[in-house]
Amino acid sequence: MSEKITISFTINGDKETREAAVGQTLLSFIRDELHLTGTKSGCEIGECGACTVLLNGKPVNSCLVLAVELDGKELVTIEALSKNGKLDKLQQTFIDHAAFQCGYCTPGMIISAKALLERKPNPSDEDINEALSGNLCRCGAYQEIRAAIKDAAKK
Amino acid sequence: MSELKCVGKAVTRKDAIEKVTGSAEFIEDRFLGPLLYAKMKKSTVAHGKIKKLDLSKALKHPGVKTVLTGKDYKNKIGLYLVDRDFMAVDKVRFWGEPVALVVASTEKAAAEAVELIEVDYEELPGVFDPFEALKPEAPLIHEELGSYEVVPIFYPKAGTNVANHFKLRKGDTEKGFAEADIVIEKEYYVPQMQHVPIETHKAAAHWSPDGKLTVWSTAQSPNVVRQLLAKAFEMPMHKIRVISSYIGGGFGCKAGASLEGLVVPVAQKFPGYVVRIVFNREEDMQGTFTRQALYSTLKTGVRKDGRITALEYKMIWDGGAYTEYGVNIVRAAGYSSSGAYDIPNVKTDSYCVYTNNSIGGPVRGFGMCEMQWGIERQIDYIARELNMDPLEVRLINGMKKGSTTASGQVVHDVDYEKCLKTVADQIGWGKKEQPEKGKLRGKGIAGLVKCPAQPSNAASSAIIRINEDGTAHVMIGATEMGQGMLTAISQIASEALNIPIEKIDIKVPDTDFTPYEWQSVGSRITYTCGTSVKRAAEDALGQIYYIAANLLEVPVEDLTFDGKIVYSTKDPEIKATIREVADSCKKCTGEGIAGPIIGKGSFVPKNMTNLDPETGQGNPGMFYCFGATGVEVEVDIETGVIKVLQLATSIDAGKAINPQLCTVQLHGGTIMGLSTALYEDVRFDKGVMLNRNFTDYKIASIDNTPHIESFIIETPETNGPYGARGIGEQPMIGVAPAVANAVCDALGVEFNTFPLTPERVWRALKEKK
Ligand code: FES
Ligand code: FES
Repeated sequence: MSEKITISFTINGDKETREAAVGQTLLSFIRDELHLTGTKSGCEIGECGACTVLLNGKPVNSCLVLAVELDGKELVTIEALSKNGKLDKLQQTFIDHAAFQCGYCTPGMIISAKALLERKPNPSDEDINEALSGNLCRCGAYQEIRAAIKDAAKK
Repeated sequence: MSELKCVGKAVTRKDAIEKVTGSAEFIEDRFLGPLLYAKMKKSTVAHGKIKKLDLSKALKHPGVKTVLTGKDYKNKIGLYLVDRDFMAVDKVRFWGEPVALVVASTEKAAAEAVELIEVDYEELPGVFDPFEALKPEAPLIHEELGSYEVVPIFYPKAGTNVANHFKLRKGDTEKGFAEADIVIEKEYYVPQMQHVPIETHKAAAHWSPDGKLTVWSTAQSPNVVRQLLAKAFEMPMHKIRVISSYIGGGFGCKAGASLEGLVVPVAQKFPGYVVRIVFNREEDMQGTFTRQALYSTLKTGVRKDGRITALEYKMIWDGGAYTEYGVNIVRAAGYSSSGAYDIPNVKTDSYCVYTNNSIGGPVRGFGMCEMQWGIERQIDYIARELNMDPLEVRLINGMKKGSTTASGQVVHDVDYEKCLKTVADQIGWGKKEQPEKGKLRGKGIAGLVKCPAQPSNAASSAIIRINEDGTAHVMIGATEMGQGMLTAISQIASEALNIPIEKIDIKVPDTDFTPYEWQSVGSRITYTCGTSVKRAAEDALGQIYYIAANLLEVPVEDLTFDGKIVYSTKDPEIKATIREVADSCKKCTGEGIAGPIIGKGSFVPKNMTNLDPETGQGNPGMFYCFGATGVEVEVDIETGVIKVLQLATSIDAGKAINPQLCTVQLHGGTIMGLSTALYEDVRFDKGVMLNRNFTDYKIASIDNTPHIESFIIETPETNGPYGARGIGEQPMIGVAPAVANAVCDALGVEFNTFPLTPERVWRALKEKK
């Protein structure tokens, strides 16, 4: 078996200490060890954005980060966005605008959008296009995604 | 019709909360239990004999449980033409074809062991273009073609590379050309494309000691997977359970059966384990269906007044190494070969040709994008030649109520004219805008039509269970891959049952529990499954009335149901709640009336027929859906970059069950069409797929997606549920030709192929100078 390293981190607000295999990606760690399956895999080489999570508040492709790099950091996944049955405003506006079809890209989209709104509370179309250009949606919900983010910004 | 309560409303998606919270389960999220991981060893040559296949080192690798080869699978598999090996047996027919399957306790061990397998090939001459493959001296890709089982509506030619030849003869083309004032003949080419759903293909299999096989799959049709596995593994259907989950995009690539069968013998060998196979992006692009390339020649005879009198269409399709499904695309394009136009004399020959390229197969549009690319470009050529308005030529020849398709089917519920005029108005047709310096502007229009391409016996069924409290479960076999099926079907059930949609539960299918649905393909589900569900609801409603009539001692005709209460129209005080009806089912005397309410409905189209083998005449269309696309572009003369300034799309949905979801679908299809028009082109070098990831194979992303104006037109479909017809694939069809027509309007340069990359446009401009 591959070598394991003990890492301590915060996951969706909770402190955790776990073993991570050397060479394991953060994506695999999130899905297979933490059993948080909301984060999706679409390419595993940093091209699709389906695996986007927030690491210390910044959006990253979790397939390109090693699990051991999580040590001492703060991780936020899609599961943290709704609290006590209450949706995040982005989640609500994504529903209102029907900003997804299959929904496979949606967790990554919402996480990227969340990071954008943190940075720019009132993004223009160009800001949205730039921030989400790494998140592919083959169902083509882009127009609705833009509308959902702008709507969330107003709320 | 009385006012609709739920159909036609922008009801929130049934899967909305799950999908925004990350709790929506996709199939991989359900691969639980003791897992085994399967990984393929893939061919490094496109055509060759397997001389040596040495598994010994791989078998000794730590963690490896077994290694399978093609010989471990007794039968071939295929939907229409049974030509496909699960893994290569003795010879490989395309680059990347699986030759062995390693199964190990971790993904890593499986991947490592794959590298330890030694394969020697004796390379055979390959054929990479269908014209080469058609030559008499061409190497045969399937030597045993003549012995393959085939559905008898396809015509493979033993001893050649022709997997299907579809013939269509309508009217008399000789006469038609004689009547014409001008004859225009052009060649067109449409390259391969890939669906690239963000979720790749995935499957798992489990064998229980009592001989029951459970399969989890991303497939668009669990029922067809079950049918094909039952045949290939010679098992009875009740011993196979196929489970579907939310699907992360399908677009045709997950139709039929693909990777599921690979892991079945492994599961059988290791009962109790869940044996999983997950394609990575490269495997997904190279090893699953690819849109077949089309090489075509189109000849049209036209009178001076713009009326097309004859059409001759020759289509040569690059079917790839296996054409089990592709043969039907070739057929569908053949019987639809006059596009959205009523042309009295048509002669079509559509050939599905084997090559050593990746496997051809279904993609959104099912041959219509490829075939109508030629038609819609040709109309613009005609207009230019006659000095007429291209819109006018479309309107003159466009199908109307009572027109006949190429196969001679009469179309009824059509307003193609409205589809065309709507997008034309939107983009300001006929008005030339002033471009910026160094740029040129142009406008283009294209029409479209498509019927579901399905066998005439493709059936559907539904069950509705009414719970004791009056809530309901709708059980169907259709899959949810984003199209919004769960929501639209629930709306139909709610409407027909008069039960509020919040009180209706619906789930994705599981063949052990949900009733039969042929496939979720061809934009057919709203129509087929919708009809079944409506019938099931009517059946359930009949039972509600029957029970209420006995309970209240009132004739059924006098009863009405408002969603909560059944009451007498003569005396509203005589009433029973739905709870009382659904739960007690007995009279006040205690005598029983009827058991629990279970509504059932099933459907098979009655308006389809077989096609004549010589003339292709008959009724292949369950319904025809028309639409149009309008585009305004600005082209940079220096760089060849096309900027889409306006993009308008219209579709005749008959009745939009859910206008919001219908619009989203319309946008999605239009964007996919635009993506193919501007970027997508699978490149092969002697069968080796060169662009196998999102960096080399570019698709539309948010930053290059323009705003779309969309229009839903509603010309009711007489036999559709509430007048609805399917629209999922259609919006894609008109986009590429509309863009090319607009670019041609801007530059005066014709394009007979796409994508219109800056390089292609720039080169064409240079040549023109
Ligand atoms: S899975 Fe990480 S970017 Fe695609
Ligand atoms: S909603 Fe399907 S990929 Fe975005």
